[in-house]
Amino acid sequence: MKTMKVSVVTPDGPVYESDVEMVSTKAKTGELGILPGHIPMVAPLKIGAVRLKKGGSTEIVAVSGGFLEVRPEQVTILAQTAEKSEEIDLDRALRAKERAEQRLQERKQENVDFRRAELALQRAINRISIAQRKI
Amino acid sequence: MASLRDIKSRITSTKKTSQITKAMEMVSASKWNRGVMNAKAFVPYMEKIQEVTASIANGSKDSNHPMLNSRPVKKTGYLVITSDRGLAGAFNSNVIRKVHQTIQKNHKSNDEFAIIAIGRIGRDFFANRGMNVVLDITGVADQPSFSEIQDISSSAVGMFSDGTFDELHIFYSHYVSAISQEVTEKKLLPLTDIAASTKLTSYEFEPNAEEILEVLLPQYAESLIYGALLDSKASEHAARMTAMKNATDNAKELIDSLSISYNRARQAAITQEITEIVGGAAALE
Repeated sequence: MKTMKVSVVTPDGPVYESDVEMVSTKAKTGELGILPGHIPMVAPLKIGAVRLKKGGSTEIVAVSGGFLEVRPEQVTILAQTAEKSEEIDLDRALRAKERAEQRLQERKQENVDFRRAELALQRAINRISIAQRKI
Repeated sequence: MASLRDIKSRITSTKKTSQITKAMEMVSASKWNRGVMNAKAFVPYMEKIQEVTASIANGSKDSNHPMLNSRPVKKTGYLVITSDRGLAGAFNSNVIRKVHQTIQKNHKSNDEFAIIAIGRIGRDFFANRGMNVVLDITGVADQPSFSEIQDISSSAVGMFSDGTFDELHIFYSHYVSAISQEVTEKKLLPLTDIAASTKLTSYEFEPNAEEILEVLLPQYAESLIYGALLDSKASEHAARMTAMKNATDNAKELIDSLSISYNRARQAAITQEITEIVGGAAALE
């Protein structure tokens, strides 16, 4: 089967690099599946999972925000943070989730950046569900 | 000539200082190593985002996104990156001098510019002179993570969009090698001169170019700031390492010359004592 090169790059360095048969992920406009030979495209991503199909198995990378850049032979995902499912620190994500929830509870008080807490919660939930393979 | 005891105490105190500078040199060396590694790890991301931004921004020339269009400059913003701690040779003073000169040259009054200072040394310098520091950030970690920097960079980008300033320049020390760092000035905003890479790809946009620019441009500016900060951190530790190495070497030299004068003084004292004894004995005969 035809493959394409996929790399997930973050400011702290490349996270994933391999040849895969299909990439599927959630863009701002909706679920997106990329096969080799796709026309060049750019799309912003949601906080979510990137699924990479390769030889019958699927690898999952958690990304929070960023871009998908597609070229016929290569797909690049530029994310602010990204972790492979097996590298996620579940304890840390659980703690982050608790913290974010607590902050959202206090939203009636002042000095709580509601939007930021919400994003933090989304990221934490995303990591947890990917680490537990619920997606 | 200084007394034996004076010289001895000077030798001991110089030795102690050299131990400290030696330790600081080692600490900086390890931080420098990691700093350079971080800066290197960031390069692929930067290259990629630059490539994508350049092809989108150049592909949609008619875009009227505020970050792409220059407007009349009433107020200039300066983002100055220095360190929190001194003892790094000329690292901080070089950056500060350059900024100071630029400001003196281009502006007549305090209302024409605004300073964002990263690092305590830079903040103190400009705040002490009563210059307009609108935002200061101190206590940035030696290995800053992108999320840490996001607050800084998004507020800098925010100030540009809400009109606190109409242009943003960044000043930092660019890491060339362990012994050489260069003060660099870059115009960060508006993004008028995005270097077009050699091969431009024409992309399909999902949903459309405008909306992608909306998300991409702030991220691009943020990563430019992050890149500058990593660069500056690497230079800081390199500069401190070199400064501390020089200090240790100087201390060694000083100890050597002090030891020589100590030995001379000791020899002189012994000679004098012998002469006195011989003289005393001769007087008794």
